[in-house]
Amino acid sequence: MAKLRGRGYAAVNYPTGMNLGGDPTQALVHSTTTGNFVVSLSSVDLGQGLKTVAAQVAAETLGLPYENIIVDTADTDTGPHCMGTFASRGTHRVGNAVIMAAQEAREAMLAAAAEELEVDAEDLETDGTGFIKLKGSEEVKIHVVDLAMAAHFKLGRTIAGRGIFLKERSYPDPETGKMDPDSAQAHACTVADVEVDDETGVIEVLALHNVYEVGRAINPRMAKQQIEGGAWMGISHALYEATDPYYPQRDHGPRDFEEYLMPGPADNAKMESDIIEFPAANGPYGAKGIGEMTANAPIPAIANAVFDACGVRLIEMPFTPESVLRGLDELRASA
Amino acid sequence: MPSSVIEITVNGSEEEFIAKPGTTLLGALRDTLGLTAAKRGCGVGTCGTCTCHVDGEAVMSCLVPVETINGATVRTLEGTTPADGLSPLQQAFLDNFATQCGFCTPGMIMAAEALLAVNPAPTREDVVTAISGNVCRCTGYESIIEAILIAAEATS
Repeated sequence: MAKLRGRGYAAVNYPTGMNLGGDPTQALVHSTTTGNFVVSLSSVDLGQGLKTVAAQVAAETLGLPYENIIVDTADTDTGPHCMGTFASRGTHRVGNAVIMAAQEAREAMLAAAAEELEVDAEDLETDGTGFIKLKGSEEVKIHVVDLAMAAHFKLGRTIAGRGIFLKERSYPDPETGKMDPDSAQAHACTVADVEVDDETGVIEVLALHNVYEVGRAINPRMAKQQIEGGAWMGISHALYEATDPYYPQRDHGPRDFEEYLMPGPADNAKMESDIIEFPAANGPYGAKGIGEMTANAPIPAIANAVFDACGVRLIEMPFTPESVLRGLDELRASA
Repeated sequence: MPSSVIEITVNGSEEEFIAKPGTTLLGALRDTLGLTAAKRGCGVGTCGTCTCHVDGEAVMSCLVPVETINGATVRTLEGTTPADGLSPLQQAFLDNFATQCGFCTPGMIMAAEALLAVNPAPTREDVVTAISGNVCRCTGYESIIEAILIAAEATS
């Protein structure tokens, strides 16, 4: 009886967005009277950080500080339309729509500043701290707060922009089946180190080493958090979670969180995660989607590591102690 | 059964209210007192997101009939927040990206507050044990464990 160690890897190519009847998202950007810019979206932030990323993209495009951006995702009845946050599409679709809206708002902002400063809009630039200034001059400038007040109360101008990103529907070629189903492909690889107890059948994931190519990580720390949270979900799918462990029988199925197995804080694997960036031509500042793919590679990597450790090839999740022991019995019987 | 008059101290404020039989501490906090930091996740004491302190002990407030703690001192996440800024644990959670959707965060912080109150210099194992009754579905726990250890180091 022994604890057997093994290593396995798996790689994933994952599409960003989808291709049903076309895949659009809209964004509206407008300045308040105090120079804050509201990004209106119907896209939902489930905790993945979409609002943070949308604000970063808006700030970068407008040339204003991040603190000046208010992302409003309050109401799908009144907000500009979004297909939703799924298919790893949020950053890509919303980011592109926000860039388009923020570019139009920036043009309106510079036009208002040009009128207020009595210069040509093409000679103006933003300095990233909140000022719109004449290129090459330190004197001729106006702060966005003063500009927004002037635009509203004196110039009678709006500072606003509209944006949409549409991934058009792509029909397959009837002869070849060729089509354009997604906007980009992100890539990842996970190497899993496991230990298998050949007496109890228990698999322990010792470490997961993850590498992700996501175009550009607009917020690298949040991307890393998604990678490691997703890898944890991968471990959970691989080793623990089952609504119907003896499907199609309902026997021993969990009825609540107390009976639904998930790894807890004591079951963590050592995680190591790196991000590689090859900006995508059609992505917002080069970003592809990450989201769903983070739970994908860990599962086959763990299965391959179990095979490496003890020779048992598991093809049904979760990889329970029972399935490991039955596999070991079969190996012994056929030896 | 008649309703009860409940007198408890919540976050330093003396509260008096009427509760129907079987009202949980969580229900009283959220629905009667308007303190909504504690969340109702499972309602049966298995997820930990309703964790509050009763007389200094971390409890699942969804399992506590409020009439059984009459006279007690209760502390919720709202009570750990200073007038200015954030508590050391809140700041560590923020700095260390220890939240994603945020639903488990109030319970995690209250479980950690209870740990640090009796054990200001916990080991990693102590932290894991302290939050073992709290479920997180987003983070994989590691960033939460690290945040609690960082907060302990910052305050000790």
